[in-house]
Amino acid sequence: MTTELDPATGTEPTEDQAAAVRCTGLEYAFGDTKAVDNLDLTVRTGETFGLLGPNGAGKTTAIRAITTLLPVPVGMIQVFGTDVARNKMDVRRLLGYVPQQLSADAGLTGRENVSLFARVYDVPRREREARVSEALEAVALSGDAHKLAATYSGGMVRRLELAQALVSAPRLLILDEPTIGLDPIARTSVWERITEIKNATGMTVLVTTHYMDEAEQYCDRVALMHKGRVRALGSPEQLKAGLRDSFTAPTLEDVFRHYAGSGFQGADGQSDGEDFRDVRRTRNTANRVR
Amino acid sequence: MSAVPATPRTASAETAAAETATAGATAGTAAVTAASTPSGPSLSLLLTPPQARTGWRVVPARVGAMCIVELQKLRHDRSELYTRAVQPALWLLIYGETFTRLHAIPTGGTPYLDFLAPGIIAQSAMFIAIFYGIMIIWERDAGVLTKLLVTPTPRAALITGKAFAAGVKATIQAVVVVVIAALLGVGLTWNPLKLIAVAVVVVLGGAFFSCLSMTIAGIVLTRDRLMGIGQAITMPLFFSSSALYPVSVMPGWLQAISKCNPLSYQVDALRGLLLGTPAHLWTDFGVLAGAALLGILAASSLLGRLAK
Repeated sequence: MTTELDPATGTEPTEDQAAAVRCTGLEYAFGDTKAVDNLDLTVRTGETFGLLGPNGAGKTTAIRAITTLLPVPVGMIQVFGTDVARNKMDVRRLLGYVPQQLSADAGLTGRENVSLFARVYDVPRREREARVSEALEAVALSGDAHKLAATYSGGMVRRLELAQALVSAPRLLILDEPTIGLDPIARTSVWERITEIKNATGMTVLVTTHYMDEAEQYCDRVALMHKGRVRALGSPEQLKAGLRDSFTAPTLEDVFRHYAGSGFQGADGQSDGEDFRDVRRTRNTANRVR
Repeated sequence: MSAVPATPRTASAETAAAETATAGATAGTAAVTAASTPSGPSLSLLLTPPQARTGWRVVPARVGAMCIVELQKLRHDRSELYTRAVQPALWLLIYGETFTRLHAIPTGGTPYLDFLAPGIIAQSAMFIAIFYGIMIIWERDAGVLTKLLVTPTPRAALITGKAFAAGVKATIQAVVVVVIAALLGVGLTWNPLKLIAVAVVVVLGGAFFSCLSMTIAGIVLTRDRLMGIGQAITMPLFFSSSALYPVSVMPGWLQAISKCNPLSYQVDALRGLLLGTPAHLWTDFGVLAGAALLGILAASSLLGRLAK
């Protein structure tokens, strides 16, 4: 790996500058339930980083804090060295975000959906049309851009949301369960687009997923969260190598089980942290993309 | 809000972890021009973040974006416009025509149908705006709101955008009611300046009632609760205003409520502008603008509860 110089100063980047995301001692509680418990996490610039964990592990809470949706009551989060708690607007300009739900507006065309985000990110009028076209072309939706999003398949909607996130040229793309409910072909298509765009633009990708095969295939590094903390961190190969004493050919799913257990409610009687609305949202999303 | 410098990004500038970064892609322009996916499309524009708007220019830009979305949606699906025209048409046709014959309500010499028309315009605009709270909860559940809250849009600008989008939709509804009223023979003004003032009144009213609804949404958080409250408050707001009868015929306690009801000021302004009846236009505009501003502040302060 080569260390690159900061183009602005000509000096070697500091540790904070090299990190796309740095969470230090992050804590967040919903009432008595600690969703995130003293989380320390660093996402390196330019990598695809997977945040894995069972339901209620704290992944979505961590993502929502990073995206400025939740306050940071304890600890600190920096995105490319910018403090999330102090400079929300600056951080938002660095982000592209695709939430778990199918969030494209069904009453607008694909082009109009992307144009809305071009407007709210202040893309000048003279450049807007070309930039929107480029974003749509990057996700292979140019031919369907004039159709209402209501007529799109689940995979197309996900690609459209990707175009919405890309139109502002984000440095960090955050994807919350981007392939939930999609068939294998659509999943592959979405990931191929993400990887192509990441390679072409050099952006950092932070993704949460339940699909271990996706994490193994597409993520440079993964963190396995359980009960609000990171239990394991490394490349998929490194994590699997750690289990070679117990398994002959461990998979990432074995690693997941090793650290997260069965995934059911623990023997200590603690809830898994996922409330009714979270479950309904996940199921609704899965149903809508089918 | 401080601006983030819009500097072109090269592929190599962000690939410290990616061993495959191209050694040659160090000069900004060259790298930008070369950026493309293996399947072909150029991504040159998607490497440069747009220059951020700052200061006072943020709110008008977001308001414009939200209003455009509302118009685009209406262009694709006008059914709501037609179905929402039924109720005001019935009010004017049945209630208005009947009470015109009865001469039961003192209107100071104005035919009752004419007296009623501005009230029905205000009512139909309020009915559209009052359901924006349900829409924002739906957007929360669908992830649309979440995504908008992650954009560089201050919450007050987002609410102002939604409020004025409601105003635009209410204005289009008002145009439909004005046309129906004109077809029924109501003597309305066609002075363009007065019609523009009418649009401003409808937009301000729509902005207030949508903010009232979004404020309640931020308190109750669910669609079911909000629908119940929405239905519970719309009729009292309507009946305690001067939409159906003059304030002077109301009992004292209802007159007091009517004075606190922004719909009364909206109706007063609409009557003055459309029919030329005596009105307190400056007071009406002031109250509506103040109510809209308070509504925006209240709804913005509660928007965070919907984001959680």
